[in-house]
Amino acid sequence: MAEITKEELMTSAPKKKEPDKAPKLTGKIVKPKIVRGAAGHNKPYTAKPELMEKLGFPGQLVDNWQEAAIRKMGELLEKYKSLQVYMDICVRCGACTDKCQYFLSTKDPNNMPVGRAELFRKVYRRYFTREGKILGKIAGAVDFDLELLAEWYSYFHQCSQCRRCSVFCPYGIDTAEISMAAREIMDSIGLGEKYVVEVLGKVHDIGNNLGMNPKALENALEFVEEEIEEETGIPVKLPLDVEDAEVLLVTPSADFFASPHMESLVGYAKVFHQAGINWTFSTKASEAGNFGMFIGNYGQMKKVASRINDAIHELRPKRLVVGECGHAWRVAYQFWNTLIGPFDTLNPKYPRPQHIVEFTLDLINRGALVIDKSANDEFTVTFHDSCNVARATRMGDKPGGQFELPRELIKAVANNYVEMDAETIKAKTFCCGGGGGLLTDEIMEVRINGAMPRMQALHNVMETHGVNFMALICAICKAQFTAVFPKYGVPREVAGGIHQLVGRALVLGAKE
Amino acid sequence: MNGISLFYIAFAYVAVAIFIIGFLARVWKYAKTPSPLNITLTPGPTSTTGVVYRMVQEVGFFKSLFYSNRIIWLGGYIMHLGLALVLIKHFRFFFTPAPASLAWITTFEAYAGFIFLAPLLFLFALRLITDRTYYISLITDYGILALLMLIAATGILTKYYVRTDIIDVKAFVMGIVSFSPAAMPMDFIFILHFTLVMLLLIYFPFSKLMHAGGIFFSPTRNQADDPREVRHVTPWAVKG
Ligand code: HEM
Ligand code: SF4
Ligand code: SF4
Repeated sequence: MAEITKEELMTSAPKKKEPDKAPKLTGKIVKPKIVRGAAGHNKPYTAKPELMEKLGFPGQLVDNWQEAAIRKMGELLEKYKSLQVYMDICVRCGACTDKCQYFLSTKDPNNMPVGRAELFRKVYRRYFTREGKILGKIAGAVDFDLELLAEWYSYFHQCSQCRRCSVFCPYGIDTAEISMAAREIMDSIGLGEKYVVEVLGKVHDIGNNLGMNPKALENALEFVEEEIEEETGIPVKLPLDVEDAEVLLVTPSADFFASPHMESLVGYAKVFHQAGINWTFSTKASEAGNFGMFIGNYGQMKKVASRINDAIHELRPKRLVVGECGHAWRVAYQFWNTLIGPFDTLNPKYPRPQHIVEFTLDLINRGALVIDKSANDEFTVTFHDSCNVARATRMGDKPGGQFELPRELIKAVANNYVEMDAETIKAKTFCCGGGGGLLTDEIMEVRINGAMPRMQALHNVMETHGVNFMALICAICKAQFTAVFPKYGVPREVAGGIHQLVGRALVLGAKE
Repeated sequence: MNGISLFYIAFAYVAVAIFIIGFLARVWKYAKTPSPLNITLTPGPTSTTGVVYRMVQEVGFFKSLFYSNRIIWLGGYIMHLGLALVLIKHFRFFFTPAPASLAWITTFEAYAGFIFLAPLLFLFALRLITDRTYYISLITDYGILALLMLIAATGILTKYYVRTDIIDVKAFVMGIVSFSPAAMPMDFIFILHFTLVMLLLIYFPFSKLMHAGGIFFSPTRNQADDPREVRHVTPWAVKG
């Protein structure tokens, strides 16, 4: 990498080589020969000083950034077993090198999980190990200079923290943990990513990632109520801030506003209505997503999650259900109990928290809903396992329930279901390409590339089985696929939520 | 006793001390560094028994690697198998008479060194051949393989070509173990073999070889998938 100045590092415009072009759809995922530096020009916009400061980070790259970064690294090594162990024990066996969607598409060796992690380890060895201090370059120990920092900024924003590499590593080394730590260090020296920092600011100020104020939220819910009534003639309610309801539903704010997310919102509402369960949204907890995780910042993550706790205390619901969102379900499932638990006020008969798929499937299995599967007969459906749901959570009581329950639910509401290539689903699923804080347009090239393996597998089932609907359970997956599908020549409508299918098949008004 | 013997006896004590203290210090660090959140990789076991079973499969069979890359698995697994045989074989030096429970090793006696050496060569070549592993390999990665190959080769030589007197070796090693030093067999190949092993012991705690201890502390593999049932609490995370 060429000499770089601080100003260049902080400027927001990424250097573009050529307009974004999608790889060709051949149905095959090939292991490429490496091309050094092929993706090094990608970088997201850096965050504005005012917004950084609002989150408690320095506004821009501090003068003694190197010293500060190394200090922060030392602090994180003491706080996170994952980071400390993973720094030491990688043997560079190479098993993970062909497993990351960003490497498979960009061919850049720094996008191999171990290549990415080595950007961090170089610095770790140089400043924290005797091996590195004594043997230097021989042991791969390198000074932390501005060029390396620029590489950090680029490549740690080409990791969606999807954990695919961890599955294939003999030690379970999770590059997501390393990316999170790297971003935490960069934030702490004033080098933040605009997209994530802005979103976090909106959550703190207004309450959700989209920045919808309570009035806008109310209007959005009313709008959906009118739509449903117009279509079905039945007054289905989407209640807001109801006290002492049975269920508090916390869902990504995109569900209130974006397409195809809103179709799933319709699905949730119909399920609650038909089951006759008293439920509510909350203005306080109008966001299930938690971007604090993406930047590895525990304090931010806890602060964002605490809004859920506030809502529970305010509204006193008996159950807590989470809508369709991958990373949100990870934070909810793996972290909420630690961050804001224990959920003593919630009914212990139900999982705390419960996923909307668990919730709806349970109702269907108990015969509480009347389903007309033929309503989805125009679709041949496949299912994309969201990375966070697949590798960091569970549904139901058995390991792997996160794979089985969504499939069961789809099959309960649709007649035609087709599975994608076994190497690309369940624990081995690929990320949509837009997770982990990468869902921002200036790095569309990274996103298009990241989607490539999933697109190849989808292309296959579209060609061979006429698949025309890929069911999703993640707000980021939905936004990402609707954005990249056109680049690959696939119609946007192929992407949609599971509860979109549920909503269509559910027979309102009918009671057994 | 001559000077060389005295030097090597002192060297051995220093090397073994560095190895033991260094290894334990490192493992102690892994053990005491907190894991603020449950980050187990799912699908995974939901109970502690399940976690033990998962770990046994990883340590005993390199299960994830098996499903990830058969070629690396083949080289790596046989190499560690060879290493284990070699270590067991050497164990007999430390006991008089040699324990009966290790008698089965005589079946492998003749091959152990080769079962260790051949896959090392294979792994070395693999690093050079694949462009992806060539890119990530550090000089120390080749260095460790080379060091282990030299240890294996000199070990094989002492047995088949130079025929170092096993009785003398045993006396020398027992002398060190029992703190009543005996003279070192003055055999160049043996001295070289011994020196290289001591270097390996010294380097071990500072290198990636710590994967031997670290694998047990990998939070994606050593935590149970039970965050909804059990609140995962570490002091800084609950305060933070
Ligand atoms: C608990 C004990 C151990 C376990 C579970 C273990 C496991 C593994 C695994 C899974 C790999 C990756 C596969 C490969 O590259 O071969 C590996 C690599 C390696 N191990 Fe171990 N190991 C252990 C102990 C040791 C010891 C005691 C040594 C050496 C003295 C050692 C030396 C190596 C070397 C040199 C490599 C890298 C091979 C290469 O460069 O490709 N291991 N180990
Ligand atoms: S699979 Fe694990 S040990 Fe092997 S190179 Fe990748 S991160 Fe390192
Ligand atoms: S976590 Fe996912 S995106 Fe990041 S390096 Fe691993 S496989 Fe690639």
